Amino acid sequence: MSSWPPGLLMIIGGLLLPCLPKSGRRWGTVLLPLASGLHLLWLVWGELPDPTGLQLFNQELTLVRIDRLSLVWGTIFHIAALLTAIYSWHVKDATQQSAAQAYAGAAIAAVFAGDLLTLFVFWELTAVTSVFLIWAARTDRSFHAGLRYLIIQIGSGVLLLAGIAMLAGEGGSSALVFDNLWDRFQGGTAGFCPVMLILVAFGIKAAFPLLHNWLQDAYPEATVTGTVWLSAFTTKLAIYALARGFAGADCLVWIGAAMTVFPIFFAVIENDLRRVLAYSLNNQLGFMVVGIGIGTEMALNGTAAHAFAHILYKALLFMSIGAVLYRTGTAKASELGGLYKSMPWTCGFCIVGAASISAVPLFSGFVTKSLILEAAVDNHYSLIYLIMLFASVGVLEHSGIKIPYFAFFGRDQGHRVSEAPRNMLIAMGITAAMCIGIGIFPEPLYRLLPFETGIAPYETYRAGHLISQLQLLAFAALAFTVLIRTGIYPPELRALNLDTDWFYRKPLPAGIRACWRTLEQWRSDAVTGIHRLADPLRKGAHHLLGPGGLLARTWSTAEMVLWVAILLGISLVVYYL
Amino acid sequence: MNLEQLPILQVILPLLAAPCCLLLRRSRLAWGFAVLVSCSSLLIAATQLHIIHHSASGSISYEIGGWAAPWGIEYRLDRLGGLVLLVLTAIAAVTLSVARRLLQEEVPEERHHLFFATFLLCLAGLSGIVSTGDLFNVFVFLEIASLSSYVLISMGRSRRALVAAFQYLVMGTIGSTFILIGIGLAYMMTGTLNMADLAQRLTMTLDSVYAEGASIENPALPVNQTRTILAAFAFLTVGLALKLALFPLHAWLPNAYATAPTVVSTFLAGTSTKVAYYVLLRVTFTIFGLAFTFGQVGLQFLLTPLAIMAILVASTIAIYQGDIRRILAYSSVAQIGYLVLGLSFATQAGLTAGIVHLFNHALMKSGLFLVVGCIATRQAGLTLESIRGLGRRMPLTMAAFVVGGLGLIGVPLTSGFISKWLLVSAALESGRWLVAVLVVTGSLLAVVYVWRVVEAAYFLEPDDKTTSEPHDAPAGLLAAAWVLLGATLVFGIYTDLPVGVAREAAASLMGVGS
Repeated sequence: MSSWPPGLLMIIGGLLLPCLPKSGRRWGTVLLPLASGLHLLWLVWGELPDPTGLQLFNQELTLVRIDRLSLVWGTIFHIAALLTAIYSWHVKDATQQSAAQAYAGAAIAAVFAGDLLTLFVFWELTAVTSVFLIWAARTDRSFHAGLRYLIIQIGSGVLLLAGIAMLAGEGGSSALVFDNLWDRFQGGTAGFCPVMLILVAFGIKAAFPLLHNWLQDAYPEATVTGTVWLSAFTTKLAIYALARGFAGADCLVWIGAAMTVFPIFFAVIENDLRRVLAYSLNNQLGFMVVGIGIGTEMALNGTAAHAFAHILYKALLFMSIGAVLYRTGTAKASELGGLYKSMPWTCGFCIVGAASISAVPLFSGFVTKSLILEAAVDNHYSLIYLIMLFASVGVLEHSGIKIPYFAFFGRDQGHRVSEAPRNMLIAMGITAAMCIGIGIFPEPLYRLLPFETGIAPYETYRAGHLISQLQLLAFAALAFTVLIRTGIYPPELRALNLDTDWFYRKPLPAGIRACWRTLEQWRSDAVTGIHRLADPLRKGAHHLLGPGGLLARTWSTAEMVLWVAILLGISLVVYYL
Repeated sequence: MNLEQLPILQVILPLLAAPCCLLLRRSRLAWGFAVLVSCSSLLIAATQLHIIHHSASGSISYEIGGWAAPWGIEYRLDRLGGLVLLVLTAIAAVTLSVARRLLQEEVPEERHHLFFATFLLCLAGLSGIVSTGDLFNVFVFLEIASLSSYVLISMGRSRRALVAAFQYLVMGTIGSTFILIGIGLAYMMTGTLNMADLAQRLTMTLDSVYAEGASIENPALPVNQTRTILAAFAFLTVGLALKLALFPLHAWLPNAYATAPTVVSTFLAGTSTKVAYYVLLRVTFTIFGLAFTFGQVGLQFLLTPLAIMAILVASTIAIYQGDIRRILAYSSVAQIGYLVLGLSFATQAGLTAGIVHLFNHALMKSGLFLVVGCIATRQAGLTLESIRGLGRRMPLTMAAFVVGGLGLIGVPLTSGFISKWLLVSAALESGRWLVAVLVVTGSLLAVVYVWRVVEAAYFLEPDDKTTSEPHDAPAGLLAAAWVLLGATLVFGIYTDLPVGVAREAAASLMGVGS
């Protein structure tokens, strides 16, 4: 088992889950991440000096590579899988249980892939397994959203494969090693095309601007628990891939900065709270992408730490809104409000998550985001720094205040429901505790980070940083209050907000249909023409070769012998010449 | 254990076992004995191939009666012969093991022992052709194999089998005669019948072959440039083309395969034309040599067009056929085209493709005819109309047919793909773009004729829907069919045995390597 990739246990176990009885499946969902975690620990502490190799198509494949960078993601993925499994304890649907385990396992295995081909395999596996979490909602909308999600995810995989194939074609037995592709491109050992293809493939999964729509489209359509699963793995796997392959690619700084800003506007006007969270997820990814783009050790540490903390608080937010959806049946801001009386614990956990994402001091977001901000300052990206500051305000506004405000406070809509189920509360409680724990004691997390920098421990709680962040928070809160009070704040309407995906959801299919009709016309014309041309040919063939045809009927012995004589004659002539 | 005697045992065992079958008389006894003999033959063939493949020289030589080569008869087996023997004996063993069940439908019980005796004779003849290193011996064994196969075919249920067998007899005899004439002419010019010796003497000059004092017009002329040798080559190649059923000398084959007892079609479809192909390889490459065959004579100018015609014409005719056995028979003619095409490239890659396809097609076609035998145990008709809806009535049987059909088409993961792939890449490697395109076209035609069977079995409703509950063929038969067709799947993935051996066999035929 020492050559098994971590996570493979979960994939196989997950696929076997449907064979178990109901109670067994339940325990399985919790025990599998635990077992997989132990497997990873065993691998880390055991003797694993050289990566597990495998030879395929003249390429050295490395199924398992454990280093500090992959370990950060491996750890948090296991934690997230365990917590979400507890949160999903009440789910009885074998499809969801099985898909979720296999999905999480594939994401973990992908993180520990040492070469691009292995990465590709698990990359596609995450896409194929996760779509079942969307389809499991079993609504018409979720079916179509799932289909779009699958097409885009598979598309990302295909681009990745194309890039891999081109890299392999460029030669070298180590062409497929998954190391810093950007450096290879800069150093001239890898071509422009393959590297860009792979970047776009990663970018799709990381929801780069204009490649992002699948995220907000699909996540809110998944099941209550499915969204929590989804929020943890897919995009963060892409962030890992970027951090591994494109650290220091300066274009990513600007892409990331754009990513932090544009979702804010959509998040502010969006009514579906799970979609708000999807937008805010996208914006958080932006911070990580900026960190990758800067590419210094400090920035990469920041990205890793932020991904770690982000998975926890984003899961916590999705969990709490999921609990609300589970109890009330809706996650629309316009239909919610005043739930703090019915669901006090959930409300409390949601506020912890909101505080974390808003980077309130003493919560996890504060200690991790500051690393990226600081890296930006250190590397003289002042404009980027300002954009990120602005984005932080936006985060506070739409995730920190809007989510708890509209769900639990605001206008009471008269929902009188019971508190979230106990398993959800346990999962949220642990997650919240970890959010606070990281905020107060960041030491263990810092020690896990990929690079050991000279400045240890990070001076996160410096007075200047503390004050600026508090100012920011205070003024953002003030602005929200003023806007709400004066009624300027965009009201929560049951409206549909158009994102750029409108272009490929409406005009594109219509255009394709129009093209199709034209092509169909051409095709039928061509078929008629070909028929007219080919008819004599077909008749001739039928006459010659068809039943009773010259060549197909049974020949008499004399005819056969005649042919023998002819052939002998021909061969004699040919040979003598 | 003394393994030196294996080459002769390979031939002598079925040859002596055949009359024993006559003495046993009882169907079950004779059958059990024949199965035992064929399994032993398989074991011997496998052992021989193992020895050859791991020996330094890559061949086994055996002198009958201890007489050294040019005077005595030599048995010589190299990798090519070992591979052909392996597939020959394997198909014989599988076919014989289910032969009794198949014969129950087609041959009266009191004639079973005659059948098994003839079958073993045929096996002995075919094994002998492959084993021997002596050209006249080839003729003798060819006659043994041919005569016994005429008898086997004539045992078919319908009276048309007699006509088909008679036609085959006439044509086969003409073929044998041509071969004998060719051998005679060659003997006349060289004074030897041993293949290796013959090959050597053909390149020598006339005066060094003939005794001192003989009056020769042109003493410096190499033997193989004389008219006599050219005529010998023409007779040999045409005779072999007839035995091989190369288009347009294929006309005896469809009727013979379609009217023979299915167990006979199963055996002959996989072995008899393949052995003829083996002899063609021996004659063109080992005896006359690459330079003569393709340089001086230009055999490729004759064979390439014929092979392509075989592929295209026979595949198209197969599309129009209404009887499954005739579809398969015409498909065989097309597949022979692929074999000959590989040979006509005169490159190592082409030869490899031909040899691999020999191996793969033998398994496929025998398996498919066995499936036909499975169908025949449950219903009388074998036309496309009568097998309608058979996919539901005999699911496992028809699934086997689909596997074999995919192999004929050359779908990846079947062994048919491997040989087609090798053939196409051999064509491209030597710059024959058009040929590669035509090979692929042939595969598309195969899609059509395979599809017609699949369509009838799976997508058309039977005329009477009374017997709709699944009723597959007897388990033993089905297992045998699946063994052969399963092997095509296995060799579609693990290609070491056929491709590895074929590559070295091709190398030695081309005169490179060991």
